[in-house]
Amino acid sequence: MSYVAAASLGLYACHTCGLVSRPPGAEQHVCCPRCGTALHPRKRDSIARTWALMIAAYILLIPANVLPIMETGSLFGSQRDTILSGVIYLWSSGSWPLALLVFFASIVVPLAKLAALTYLVLTIQRHHAHRARERTRLYRLLKFVGRWSMLDIYVVTLLAALVQLQSLATIKAAPGAIAFGAVVVLTMFASMTFDPRLIWDHAKENHDQDS
Amino acid sequence: MTKIPDDLPQALVAAKRRRPQLFWIIPAIAALIGAWLAVDAIRDMNRTITIRFQSAEGLETGKTLIRFKDVTIGEVKAIALAADRSHVLVTARLDKSAEPLMMQDTQFWVVRPRFSGGQLSGIGTLLSGAYIAVGAGKANIRQREFVGLEVAPILTEGLPGRQFLLHATDLGSLDVGSPVYFRQIKVGEVTAYDLNKSGMGLDLKIFVHAPYDRFVGSFSRFWNASGVDITLDANGVRLQTQSLTSILVGGIAFETPPSVLIDNPAEANHKFTLHRDHVTALKTPDGEPELFVLHFKESLRGLAPGAPVDFRGIIVGEVKSVGVEYDPAREWFDFPVQIMLYPERIRLALRDGKQPTDAAERIKRGLLKAMIDRGFRAQLRTGNLLTGQLYIALDFFKDAKKVSLNSKQQPMELPTVPGNFEELQVALATVIKNLSKVPFDQIATDLQTVMKSLNVTLKSVDQLTQRLDKETAPEIRTTLESLRHTLTGVERVLASDSPLQSDVREAMREISRAAVSLRSLADTLDRQPEALLSGKKEQ
Repeated sequence: MSYVAAASLGLYACHTCGLVSRPPGAEQHVCCPRCGTALHPRKRDSIARTWALMIAAYILLIPANVLPIMETGSLFGSQRDTILSGVIYLWSSGSWPLALLVFFASIVVPLAKLAALTYLVLTIQRHHAHRARERTRLYRLLKFVGRWSMLDIYVVTLLAALVQLQSLATIKAAPGAIAFGAVVVLTMFASMTFDPRLIWDHAKENHDQDS
Repeated sequence: MTKIPDDLPQALVAAKRRRPQLFWIIPAIAALIGAWLAVDAIRDMNRTITIRFQSAEGLETGKTLIRFKDVTIGEVKAIALAADRSHVLVTARLDKSAEPLMMQDTQFWVVRPRFSGGQLSGIGTLLSGAYIAVGAGKANIRQREFVGLEVAPILTEGLPGRQFLLHATDLGSLDVGSPVYFRQIKVGEVTAYDLNKSGMGLDLKIFVHAPYDRFVGSFSRFWNASGVDITLDANGVRLQTQSLTSILVGGIAFETPPSVLIDNPAEANHKFTLHRDHVTALKTPDGEPELFVLHFKESLRGLAPGAPVDFRGIIVGEVKSVGVEYDPAREWFDFPVQIMLYPERIRLALRDGKQPTDAAERIKRGLLKAMIDRGFRAQLRTGNLLTGQLYIALDFFKDAKKVSLNSKQQPMELPTVPGNFEELQVALATVIKNLSKVPFDQIATDLQTVMKSLNVTLKSVDQLTQRLDKETAPEIRTTLESLRHTLTGVERVLASDSPLQSDVREAMREISRAAVSLRSLADTLDRQPEALLSGKKEQ
């Protein structure tokens, strides 16, 4: 059994409804005859866009971890916590399962996600052909796990909404939260703009031999 | 090759759209944000200051605020011990608006509730916790490390008035915030004090508010009006106070001596001496004192440094020190008493206003020698019998023994004579010695003879009495009887029913009647003075 990619036959596959269609001629701008989605052999500028989003995410990762994400104000003064200081506080106060959870969800996962995506993009740019299946599995994992990395943001938004006792105690989202949210959103967009089919475009020959 | 189905639909040609490649804007924006945050962080680091304190009492990381004129301008970020554990390093971050405050002479101190200068301050901190207050500096050099003040300074920046420096030997009950009085009006306060480098005195800074600062003249005298000043010296007990506040918290008073007629207002930071009390402050300046040494033979109990040296009632100096020295050559003890004489007070040969040159010094020494030859001596006297305080009196003693004076000795020695008490003791000893010469044995035998003759005398007296009893007593009795006779006769004459008595009574009645008619005549005359000439008119 051999794999046939629509792109390799000069056909278009619609990203939205999956209809395979024939190119009308030499025109570059075409759309799906069934649903009207703009058609491209692969996602447009997938690698460049992914790179752009990833670079933005990398940059924002620094303020996200350095700046405080939460400002707690109470009668006895105010406190500003970064993600790491929160983890350290949880760890030192004994609730280390929670500390581990926050550590993984807020520090390890976003970093790992970005690293994985970078790895995928780099392998495609270097026309790596092997381990295409594993790389695709990595991509699937990446998309699945992405939704959990917003844990910290959820906590902050929840607390900010709940703890509003004005003069007694207030919890506010600090600039770090915005940066962190931006990192998560940017990585999600990056993984969306990334076209996993590109992994297989170069792996085709190998697979022909494999099968 | 895989076969492509023929019935595949044909894609439609879309309208050509130009879309700029906007996605590169995203990392550009992110980079901009990142750069801005980085710059901000660096500037933030520049606004982080370290303050050294002796202790971090009341300070808390992330809670203690830094306030300037009660406006929050930053907060404490970290509190750490210094490497040598001798003090505390407080790291604080200031707001952007506080950047001009990070100057070299900016002052930081911790505000806690405290009572000073009769005023309670920092009560607000009881609830809110301590905070670090800032006093703006004027220097133009930026600094990020400061030494915090342990005591809140009194801020005089921007207040009208002037600061003056006082030199004092001790602090008394003064403190930062102690009031400064002028004619018992509070015109300023002590802003700072510090031991001077040698440790030999104190330097105080005081601030006198406008418009009173113009009363501080270059000849003004300052004295410590702290609390109650009780002095016990040869003059007796003295008690001095300023006001109730100053009794409680101390204070400084100043005055320009009345002898100074024209006085220009002193410049700011003019140095004055802080005198011990009002009397010393207003004393005329004494000039350089001359040191003399005295050797007394009697006990020096009751002679303290500071005791007056008196010259016929005028205090011309004071005792500087009283000591004991062992002279190994003579194997005996000396008790040198050093006294300071103020020549300005004695006004020796320098009345013509010459500067005391070496020549003048020699004249002075010559004069002193002449004076000593004429019997100028020092003497210990009891100033106060109750307390036994001694003072030194200088005077001319005509019968003093001649002494040779070593005029080269420094300090010069003044000869002494024994004190009054000593003289009394000597006199008493002479009396006792004379008493011992009295021949008490002979006196006793003499006394015995006297007693015998006295006995004989008494016997003759007895005989005399007996004779009186026998011969004189009956005589007296007859005399008494005849006296009683006479008295009875007199009594008879004076009895109420005696003719003399009734005659007298009659006469009295007549006189009374005459008096009545005389009164009626007087009345008539009073009403009708013409009656004397025209006779009484009928009514």
